[in-house]
Amino acid sequence: VCIHRVRSCSSIRFIKSKYVCVFDKSALKFSHQQRLFRTSPVSCGQIVQFKLSDIGEGITEVTVKEWYIKEGDSVSQFDSICEVQSDKASVTITSRYDGVIRKLHYSIDDIAFVGKPLVDIEIDTSKGVSPEEDVVETPPMSHEEHTHQEIKGHKTLATPAVRRLAMENNIKLSEIVGTGKDNRILKEDILNYLAKQTGAILPPSPKAEIVPPLQKTEAVPAAPKDKARRIPVPASRPIVFSGKDKTEPVTGFQKAMVKTMSAALKIPHFGYSDEIDLTQLVQLREELKPLAEIRGVKLSFMPFFIKAASLGLLQYPILNASLDESCQNVTYKASHNIGVAMDTEQGLIVPNVKNVQVCSVFDIAVELNRLQSLGSAGQLGTSDLTGGTFTLSNIGTIGGTYAKPVILPPEVAIGALGKIQVLPRFNGKGEVFKAQIMNVSWSADHRIIDGATMARFSNLWKSYLENPASMLLDLK
Amino acid sequence: MVLQSFKNCLWLSCVLRTPKACFWSTAGGALIIQSVSNDVYQNLAVEDWIHDHMNLEKQQVLFLWRNSPAVVIGRHQNPWQECNLRLLRQKNIKLARRRSGGGTVYHDLGNINLTFFTTRKKYERMGNLKLVVKALKALRPQLDVHVTDRYDILLDRQYKISGTAAKLGRTSAYHHCTLLCNADKSVLSSVLKSPYKGLKSNATPSVPASVKNLFEEDATLTSEMFLDAIAKEYAVQQQIDHHITLINPADETLLPGISNKTKELQTWEWVYGKTPKFSISTCLNMAYKDSVLDVKVNMDVKHGRIEVCNIDLPEQWLPPGLCRELVKGLTGSKFCPNETTTLVTTLLRVYPQDDELHSRCSLLCENMIRLM
Repeated sequence: VCIHRVRSCSSIRFIKSKYVCVFDKSALKFSHQQRLFRTSPVSCGQIVQFKLSDIGEGITEVTVKEWYIKEGDSVSQFDSICEVQSDKASVTITSRYDGVIRKLHYSIDDIAFVGKPLVDIEIDTSKGVSPEEDVVETPPMSHEEHTHQEIKGHKTLATPAVRRLAMENNIKLSEIVGTGKDNRILKEDILNYLAKQTGAILPPSPKAEIVPPLQKTEAVPAAPKDKARRIPVPASRPIVFSGKDKTEPVTGFQKAMVKTMSAALKIPHFGYSDEIDLTQLVQLREELKPLAEIRGVKLSFMPFFIKAASLGLLQYPILNASLDESCQNVTYKASHNIGVAMDTEQGLIVPNVKNVQVCSVFDIAVELNRLQSLGSAGQLGTSDLTGGTFTLSNIGTIGGTYAKPVILPPEVAIGALGKIQVLPRFNGKGEVFKAQIMNVSWSADHRIIDGATMARFSNLWKSYLENPASMLLDLK
Repeated sequence: MVLQSFKNCLWLSCVLRTPKACFWSTAGGALIIQSVSNDVYQNLAVEDWIHDHMNLEKQQVLFLWRNSPAVVIGRHQNPWQECNLRLLRQKNIKLARRRSGGGTVYHDLGNINLTFFTTRKKYERMGNLKLVVKALKALRPQLDVHVTDRYDILLDRQYKISGTAAKLGRTSAYHHCTLLCNADKSVLSSVLKSPYKGLKSNATPSVPASVKNLFEEDATLTSEMFLDAIAKEYAVQQQIDHHITLINPADETLLPGISNKTKELQTWEWVYGKTPKFSISTCLNMAYKDSVLDVKVNMDVKHGRIEVCNIDLPEQWLPPGLCRELVKGLTGSKFCPNETTTLVTTLLRVYPQDDELHSRCSLLCENMIRLM
């Protein structure tokens, strides 16, 4: 609605009948990039010296701080070329042309001069820099920004190539939402628009904007196929996907993980899984949570899992051991330093709670809080991250039931805890009741640990958690 | 009636380039807006948004904002050179890199920020600062404030109360400045002092200055009073109503795309990764058992990542294999204490588990992260 009103009432600047390639300098108050440009058509590959334009405030020189492009890169009009600085002002210099960068006249930290060449750009004039072909809409074109169009008082940015594509397909640029910088209309936007119009199937997007012909048959189930055929299907338009593969080097922390995981895979793993009924524990935690909060501590399920594991390790110390490189000696570790896998921005880190064998459930909760806040702030220390002897990974907080965890050397066992689900189970009387079920998946080093040991440890751990009162008997 | 609503419609569609929600309905050649947020990243994102999306031909903008404690470095600066990053982490003070040039400043709620948005042609810093001085003098005529040719505002001819920076784009520009009303000077001086030695860099250095709060001149002055006085003076000069529109930087409907801008400003790649290339050449003095070890360290850091790393350890102090792995691991990783700690501790897992080795490695790691 707005559009029509604007067109009829606003003052439209009248266009020149023939577009002139050379800049009318008098029309420009600010000498934006001056061109050395010939009006007569030339063969493609015209090298143009793009000069540094006036910064304002009488500034004559600036320092080049960052290049966004390098020699050989293709640039489109309005792409950022470099960042220069002058006296506390940072200026983004953008390209005046579409073309290929042929020469950078300055290096980083060099002084650049206003009015002198900044980069040399090779313009491919055969691709039609002259916009005579453009234009489906009424074109009030200003002298300055010749590739802009004023449509309902709204500037539409698009390169000449994009404009040609729009024109070829009889699309009004005003109807397209640009997704490029400054809402510039990109080629992808035109293609997406086209696909929507003609019902072509695009690669699935998360928003599921595909319009399947089937939907339209709900109202008239009688002839679904006919309905489908009524939607015009494009003859054979190629599906264009302009994404590119991206290769990055494996660095830092990831490199270390590669080494650790390669070592881990040398360990012959075996798995053992089970189901734990946490109904009683859930209730217990509900009762204890407010008490812990009064003491300023957040109480999750982990402290219980960790303490129960430690009690189990007292009976089966081989799970808290370490096998040396040559597999000649097994070291039974006295301290139960139980690691808790944490997911951070960088990836997996495993800080550990030291000496769980002498900690109460509350002590463990306090320590976990400390490790969690340090972990999320990225401030865990070396002592927090070394010395672990056994690990629990609560992957259930993210999701999943069963897992196949990988043992973290130099340890020999690890447990992955799934999410707690409410499921129907039978009680002793054969009645169905609501149970809080969690699955655990253990992995252990089969060179020194056998299935029976793992199973017995797991059963003991399970019994402590299914009947928390029994932990009281064995607490040290 | 019809003509009136048409005028607004036409006018509004000219103000904002995005066809979406635009209900900042003041008439006139300028707009005064104030952020309801104290989050430095959100507020910087608003600046980016206005710079990228608003058509400033018809309407200039004055943006008023304040932040909870944060250190803001200039576009081309080196945070290790400019501030005490360890202290920032301890005190939970945020670090942000703005897109404009200039030096490092400390923000808290006792500091106000003013951003003047204009077209590139109308960019004029001196005029803006003179406006601020005029507003201050209108509020308290006895204040001895003036603008220097470095675009600072000085109080009593010696104390800096305002610093300036600017960003110029293709068609629009902005000039922003701070104003110290009642900031915490002790925190300011401690966080803006870099403890890192042996840094060699071409990054823009800050010029340290003695500062003073306007509050110290007259204890009845508050940040709100300054904001108001400056808005009033701007309104007079722009010939508009003295009306301040509040905006919420989290409002995606009003400012489409703002959450992406906010996120980008918080990424490690922007805050640390945009640091110009620099090198470190220093000596770690590690106290080990009864002696002190001198360990020479040389590193080149580019885009915030360690490009080259040399650590001169005494022979056999660490197994050579581990030394090599350590250097290999550090090369290419972020110049960041967290990354280094996780790297070292992860590597240690595949080495024989003797306490001596662990304590030496931990010691080295702790000393290395003191450089970061």
